[in-house]
Amino acid sequence: MSLKGRKQAFRVTRGVGDAAEMEEYEIELDEGMVVLDCVHRIQHEQQPDLAVRWNCKAGKCGSCSAEINGRPRLMCMTRMSDVVAETPAGTPIEIRPMKAFPHVKDLVTDVSWNYEVAQRIAPVKGPEAPNWEFNQAEAHRVQHFRECIECFLCVNTCHVLRDHARFDAFAGPRNLVRLAQYEMHPLDEEDRLPEIKNEFGVEYCNITRCCTEVCPAGIRITDDAIIPLKERVVDRYYDPLQRIWRAITGRKVRM
Amino acid sequence: MSKEPYTEHEYDVIVIGAGGAGLRAAIEAARQGARTAVITKSLLGKAHTVMAEGGCAASLGNADDRDSWKVHFHDTMKGSKYLADWRMAEIHAKEAPDRVRELEQWGAVFDRTPTHVINQRNFGGHTFPRLAHVGDSTGLEIIRTLQERGIHEGIDMFTEHTVRHLLKEGERVTGCVAYGRVKGDFHAFSAKSVVLATGGITRCWTVCSGSWEYTGDGHALALWAGAELRDMEFVQFHPTGMVWPPSVRGILVTEGVRGEGGRLYNSEQQRFMFDYVPAMFRGDHADTIQESDQWVAEVVSGRQATVRRPPELLTRDVVAKAINAEVKAGRGSPHGGAFLDISHRGKDAILHKLPSMYHQFKELAGVDISEEMMEVGPTAHYVMGGVRVDPQTQETTVPGLFACGEVASGLHGANRLGGNSLSDLIVFGKRAGEHAAKRAKNLAPPPIDEAQVQAAIAEMVEPLERGEGENPGRIYDEMRDMMQAKVGIIRTKHELEEAVDDLRAFKARAQACFPGTDRRYNSGWHQALDLINMADVSMAATLAALTREESRGGHTRDDFPTPDDDHWGQHLNIVWMEEGELKIRQERLEPIRGDLVAVLDEVKAMIKARAEEQGGAR
Ligand SMILES: Cc1cc2nc3c(=O)[nH]c(=O)nc-3n(C[C@H](O)[C@H](O)[C@H](O)COP(=O)(O)OP(=O)(O)OC[C@H]3O[C@@H](n4cnc5c(N)ncnc54)[C@H](O)[C@@H]3O)c2cc1C
Ligand code: SF4
Ligand code: SF4
Ligand code: FES
Repeated sequence: MSLKGRKQAFRVTRGVGDAAEMEEYEIELDEGMVVLDCVHRIQHEQQPDLAVRWNCKAGKCGSCSAEINGRPRLMCMTRMSDVVAETPAGTPIEIRPMKAFPHVKDLVTDVSWNYEVAQRIAPVKGPEAPNWEFNQAEAHRVQHFRECIECFLCVNTCHVLRDHARFDAFAGPRNLVRLAQYEMHPLDEEDRLPEIKNEFGVEYCNITRCCTEVCPAGIRITDDAIIPLKERVVDRYYDPLQRIWRAITGRKVRM
Repeated sequence: MSKEPYTEHEYDVIVIGAGGAGLRAAIEAARQGARTAVITKSLLGKAHTVMAEGGCAASLGNADDRDSWKVHFHDTMKGSKYLADWRMAEIHAKEAPDRVRELEQWGAVFDRTPTHVINQRNFGGHTFPRLAHVGDSTGLEIIRTLQERGIHEGIDMFTEHTVRHLLKEGERVTGCVAYGRVKGDFHAFSAKSVVLATGGITRCWTVCSGSWEYTGDGHALALWAGAELRDMEFVQFHPTGMVWPPSVRGILVTEGVRGEGGRLYNSEQQRFMFDYVPAMFRGDHADTIQESDQWVAEVVSGRQATVRRPPELLTRDVVAKAINAEVKAGRGSPHGGAFLDISHRGKDAILHKLPSMYHQFKELAGVDISEEMMEVGPTAHYVMGGVRVDPQTQETTVPGLFACGEVASGLHGANRLGGNSLSDLIVFGKRAGEHAAKRAKNLAPPPIDEAQVQAAIAEMVEPLERGEGENPGRIYDEMRDMMQAKVGIIRTKHELEEAVDDLRAFKARAQACFPGTDRRYNSGWHQALDLINMADVSMAATLAALTREESRGGHTRDDFPTPDDDHWGQHLNIVWMEEGELKIRQERLEPIRGDLVAVLDEVKAMIKARAEEQGGAR
């Protein structure tokens, strides 16, 4: 579908917190535009002080998360042809900020909580000597998690946080991915399971897979990161054989 | 002048920028015991470095044990057309391997060789496979590693804060003034050392691969504080940016595609790069399609190459100009580029080695690169020019002010080799942090000069109080279009002269625009301020381009199409500012140290012998 020349209406969140309202804009579209292009066009032609967070416009930095027609997505990777197609004729396209985080202004939210949780996670601790050795298969398992662009769309979508606001007890899917990445690092020596269970509350997740569905990096958050962490916690805390094995060998259990 | 409230802070070392260079500098400064803060325009982990794709150059010798610092040094100097600062090229080549190994120990998980160590890939201008990489998202890996390390070093992070002014006391820099993007509040920092790590300037062109942050803030801060810039005429136009659809024009297609065997075609299905091998590189690239296919087959299967590499892997300036020439000759692709094909590698290899390229084309252009060709064309990608620094310490010509990463200059001369930026960040980031901390050790905390702070704040607030004026977004778009048209990949005297006048006019317009009155997260306000830096930095690039009457590396003059080795091969352009006006002068290059000349000769002889073995010099 060619979009060139088409007039398109948008409803965009404007203002701060409770005082925010939906404001309507109309712009002319061009070929191949993404939603972020439209927001920029609104800024450059009509509303210079419209707040939007973005950096790369290439799906690589995870800055431009928003809810487009109610679906959490990256504005820079969402093509207007798709959005126009999914929007009923005559209705404006709606762009709102992520709902789970405190509102800053317009399309911008305060995602600092994610960074605070990350701060509490110990960094990798491996051999002192350089030139670490591990094979591509081992690397690959961790690399998959490291493709996370920190868009926090998963966190925004997880009901434990979005609906129940358990920011105090649960690390959220993004930081569980980070924990999985360290826990499964072939040479990491840190014992992370006590924290994963207690401080980071892996057990709050009830495997709804909503986070996985929205991840623009295609990380299978629930199946590849969270479920294995849950299993390790179960083995450690609820499996007596493993506990004895650990007491004898003093070793971390590998799966 | 009404007084604005601001918050005072005091540190030993302030690092401006949280890309690879800034984070590495901050980690080092903190490790040396300095009280360190990082100030960045974006959130942590979002800096431009996150976009880097292909890899990080270091002669680890894992993929080909014939590699060494000497060959890396030679390749960097040759790629720079011998304008690089040879001391920096030496330090860089020698220290990059350790910096990469250190990243691994901080958690970076690079792709592996069959022998379980860090794998390395081929890139243009690198004699051997040299780039440590993670698929095509190496920058993400590096920035995340430094971020995850950095937050545990006791560094204070001021995210979404923009530095607008450097404080001075006499000759030396003593801190900076910033505004908070979220609240629109103001902050004054006292610092014994300030490190600029603000990245590049490529947003000054319409077709560019850079993020919104690339407005040349650090370059402008340095000029305003009295520091010198060099090599500003050298802007790297990466040969392969996306060209279609218009909204993605400029987004990078990593050189890794060619490193993995990608072939360039014109509309007549010719592998045109065979016709564009410059004299300097003649003899070390494949002569035939067969030879180049054999090279790809060998290296992708992890063997050492026994023949010469495809001409697609010539340095970026050469490939970009070749595509430009093909398009001009009427042999371009439908949307004014060339075709790049990787489909012969098969879907599995593409998904493993170039996953983000696959998704980028699929999602943004509706093209499946495992079956179809890509359309690509030049995009403004990197600025070789920047703040002049001491090669050892990274201190600028202004005491107390350091610079590292893309904002600094010297390592890349007239043309940067791919992969040499990520290594630049970690090698010279570390050095800048170390020396900034060292300097801070012997100094008392400088006082904050309230008058300077208030003057800086007044400049920042002014656009909000204009009441009326143009939308800054419009000026921004038009100024970038002008730079694209007149200071682009091919330049001529009269266009450059026009650009000088145009930039004056744009600056005047920028000083009269109106972004609304809101201080909180007002993108238009931030842009109104950025426009001033962009105008000054664009002017520096234009003046230098006008002065250099020859073609070399990232600077091509239609009216002076050949290199002038006798004069310009020996001289650098230095730009600085006096009372708001840019000045320019030439400086003669210092001859390369004797032992390094011997290194260059040794490597040249090795490459020549190898080329003769592999295919016979032409
Ligand atoms: C798409 C793409 C792919 C690339 N691929 C490669 C590659 O494969 N290999 C390679 O070697 N190089 C590559 N490069 C080049 C390389 O990524 C950059 O040169 C490098 O990342 C620059 O890093 P930096 O640390 O100097 O700056 P950046 O990472 O750009 O960081 C700049 C920082 O400064 C901050 N900043 C700027 N101005 C201000 C201000 N006024 N106040 C406060 N903070 C400020 C920003 O917020 C940011 O945090 C690529 C570049 C692009 C665009
Ligand atoms: S799978 Fe777990 S983490 Fe993901 S959304 Fe559901 S509850 Fe949240
Ligand atoms: S895991 Fe996926 S959805 Fe969550 S922050 Fe990372 S990239 Fe975004
Ligand atoms: S702007 Fe970077 S992911 Fe959208």
